[in-house]
Amino acid sequence: MKQPLLAFNDKGIYCAQANVYLDPWRPVTNAIITHGHSDHSRSGHKNYITHHLNVPIIKHRLGDINVTGKDWGETFSVNGVTFSLHPAGHIVGSAQVRVEYKGEVWVFTGDYKTEDDGLATPYEVVKCDTFITECTFGLPAFKWLPQQEVFNDINTWWAQNKAEGKTSVLFGYTLGKAQRLLKHLDTDIGKIYTHGAVENMTEVIRPMVDLPPTTLITRDTKKEEIAGNMVIAPPSAHGTPWIRKMTPYVTGAASGWMAFRGARRRRAIDRGFVLSDHCDWQSLLESIKATGCEKVISTHGYSEIFSKYLREQGYDARTEHTQYEGETDEGETEQKDQREKEGGES
Amino acid sequence: MKNFAQLIKTLDSTNKTNTKVEALTEYFRHANDKDKVWTIAILSHRRPPRPVNTTLLRLWASELANIPLWLFEESYHIVGDLAETIALVIPTTKNQSDKSLSEFVEEMITLKKKPEDEKKKYLHQNWLALNYYERFVFTKLITGSFRIGVSQKLMTRALARVTEMDEDILAHKLMGDWNPQTVSFQKLVLDEKPEDMLSKPYPFYLAYALEDEVEELGNPDEWAAEHKWDGIRSQTIIRNGELFVWSRGEELVTDKYPEFQCFIDTLPDGTVIDGEILPWVNNSIGSFNDLQTRIGRKIVSAAILKKVPVIIKAYDLLEWQGKDIRDLPYKERRRLLELMYEGVKELDLPLQISEQVTFNNWEEAVREKERAREVRSEGLMFKRKDSPYLVGRKKGDWWKWKLDPYSIDAVLTYAMRGHGRRSNLFTDYTFALWQEKEDGERELVTFAKAYSGLTDKEFRMVDDYIKKNTLERFGPVRSVTPKLVFEIGFEGIALSGRHKSGVATRFPRILRWRTDKAIEDANTIEDLKALIPK
Repeated sequence: MKQPLLAFNDKGIYCAQANVYLDPWRPVTNAIITHGHSDHSRSGHKNYITHHLNVPIIKHRLGDINVTGKDWGETFSVNGVTFSLHPAGHIVGSAQVRVEYKGEVWVFTGDYKTEDDGLATPYEVVKCDTFITECTFGLPAFKWLPQQEVFNDINTWWAQNKAEGKTSVLFGYTLGKAQRLLKHLDTDIGKIYTHGAVENMTEVIRPMVDLPPTTLITRDTKKEEIAGNMVIAPPSAHGTPWIRKMTPYVTGAASGWMAFRGARRRRAIDRGFVLSDHCDWQSLLESIKATGCEKVISTHGYSEIFSKYLREQGYDARTEHTQYEGETDEGETEQKDQREKEGGES
Repeated sequence: MKNFAQLIKTLDSTNKTNTKVEALTEYFRHANDKDKVWTIAILSHRRPPRPVNTTLLRLWASELANIPLWLFEESYHIVGDLAETIALVIPTTKNQSDKSLSEFVEEMITLKKKPEDEKKKYLHQNWLALNYYERFVFTKLITGSFRIGVSQKLMTRALARVTEMDEDILAHKLMGDWNPQTVSFQKLVLDEKPEDMLSKPYPFYLAYALEDEVEELGNPDEWAAEHKWDGIRSQTIIRNGELFVWSRGEELVTDKYPEFQCFIDTLPDGTVIDGEILPWVNNSIGSFNDLQTRIGRKIVSAAILKKVPVIIKAYDLLEWQGKDIRDLPYKERRRLLELMYEGVKELDLPLQISEQVTFNNWEEAVREKERAREVRSEGLMFKRKDSPYLVGRKKGDWWKWKLDPYSIDAVLTYAMRGHGRRSNLFTDYTFALWQEKEDGERELVTFAKAYSGLTDKEFRMVDDYIKKNTLERFGPVRSVTPKLVFEIGFEGIALSGRHKSGVATRFPRILRWRTDKAIEDANTIEDLKALIPK
């Protein structure tokens, strides 16, 4: 039997012909990295290849690594296999990986969304034979509203809280969501303050994206100056002593999971905003169709259900287990290690 | 509907009592009278009859969402709430609906009798005409289960603010058997009509659980005590030659207990008794399990009346000779209760008096409490001798002092996702105990389900274990590699033919996670049976 171009083994997605791994979760020699979230970019590989926008991000996260940056669509060949990176629209620098060998094309999406968020290079359809897709929100219960509507809600909420003399504390994961929130907040309403983990990551992103000014909350920050303003913090800051400085405050969270009443209630958040950096049900289906692929491999998310549905629609679809987590209920995987590493102000 | 949906959204998105009461007050200030009546009805669980069964709802929703039924069902398992799932999968259109809450509810009532194709058309039309949250509320009204964390008390408080009426009087008015289809807001809330009061019960006074040491109650002389009976809290009313029996859920249950009809001719008119309905089998108190065979039935057959007769254990008197005596001190009400009982005790009525327990010091009270299982009670009740009969759960005058629950160590074998706020976690568990098979091998046999008692952190850890150690999936249920042991507590226990283990437990819940125990150390079915009172 012919060996598949990409295979799933205990280290990651492996191209044997080129001896290259895509987003491996155990240390390997050659790793192509789709984006900077920690379930996709791990430490310990010998050589990293990623889009150049992602280089400062993973260097910030992983320290001194041997990394090569590539341009969108720039091809590079290893032992007859041609690789190129294409925008995935998930976060700044996030890429899909196109792999071609003897006329056969595979695409691995990493994490992606099709809506242009104004920060990440917009998602681009890449034609292929086999499409390896995430499906974090691969259920018909997930339908995103256009982001402008969500941000109108967020800004209205902020203005209302301010009018009531309360500080708005908005939770979003450190890498990606936090900057997306920053980019679209209405700074005419007030000032934006940040948690340490958010501030550090935002400093890394600033050279690449135009973002409004932020003020880091430190020990010396006066309670009175924060009052009525906006605070962006990682989800893990909820319920920590750090947040007491914002009193009186109202909490909000921006995540795809906020579509479920249960998720918001369980985390005791005052207001949930449904905003995700992943595809919803409809855009997953549309992007699969647009690639013209015959085979679909679903990795993380509601993959069994999603694959079963795709098979009913006539695709050759299956599931592969990986260690990717996508957007977890606790915020993107990113969070936990960020907080441990950078501490914030708790 | 827009305003009602907005109200529900606000109530649903806060845990703060004040915000809830404010939202309700605002709503009641502006809603029309019909909407007010229906809102009161819905928030006090007087929902309109369900016009469509959930099987059809699922089918029609999946059709409208253009997804296969199995995919709808999978989504439902994950979302955890039917109305929410329907609201999520159906697309939102540009359509609008300006119909009011009461218009919708009245349509739903007439819908019940319509043919299926009309029901389907009605649902499809309205699902598409409402926005996401309105669609959720609309579907909730159809499925009926409206739990949004607003107690009747909060609603009454808001209504009291708007009408400037006394909260207790309002609570009294809103109790009982009224029909939101026929009653007007004027009649239900505003009018004062003494003849309507005939069947009306008094709001129950509820005891707080004693958490500190019993000595904290102070001087034993100030307290009366009796056993805490494990039946149905009830209020029995005899007025104008009629009998009304109310359960604590404010449900009129007169018809379920025909044996109490004899009170009409024997107890004096103008009497209201607070007491416990208890099964009385072979001249002793039966188990709650016995009583359960009567609770669920609409029609009480002669056979079941014979098999599980019931009595009332009376412990308080709220009305005497047509007068509300709730303001009298407890010892005085008790004296009148005994006086009333003296007058009829020779008649062999299904009425007993809850005996007072005498104790000279707290040590004697402790000893009496230890007799609870023997006399088939759940523990002791303390009532302050000079206290009036209050409304609702108010701290200070009545205390319940329950026995520690029965407990046993069991193995987690199956798990299901929780509902509502726990829908992303596996929090509903099934537990098993060891039983010896004929060949001498031991197997785990299911004995109880429980879904409370762990901290959120523990739930997350168990959830993580379940996801990594799933053996098989049966729809929403997963079987799990037996490894985790939990101490399970329960209030009552009885033999049961309906349970695989042969034993039924009451109020099972997780007491703690026994991380120190291996599954071999869990208890056996025999250990469980040994707990059954002889």
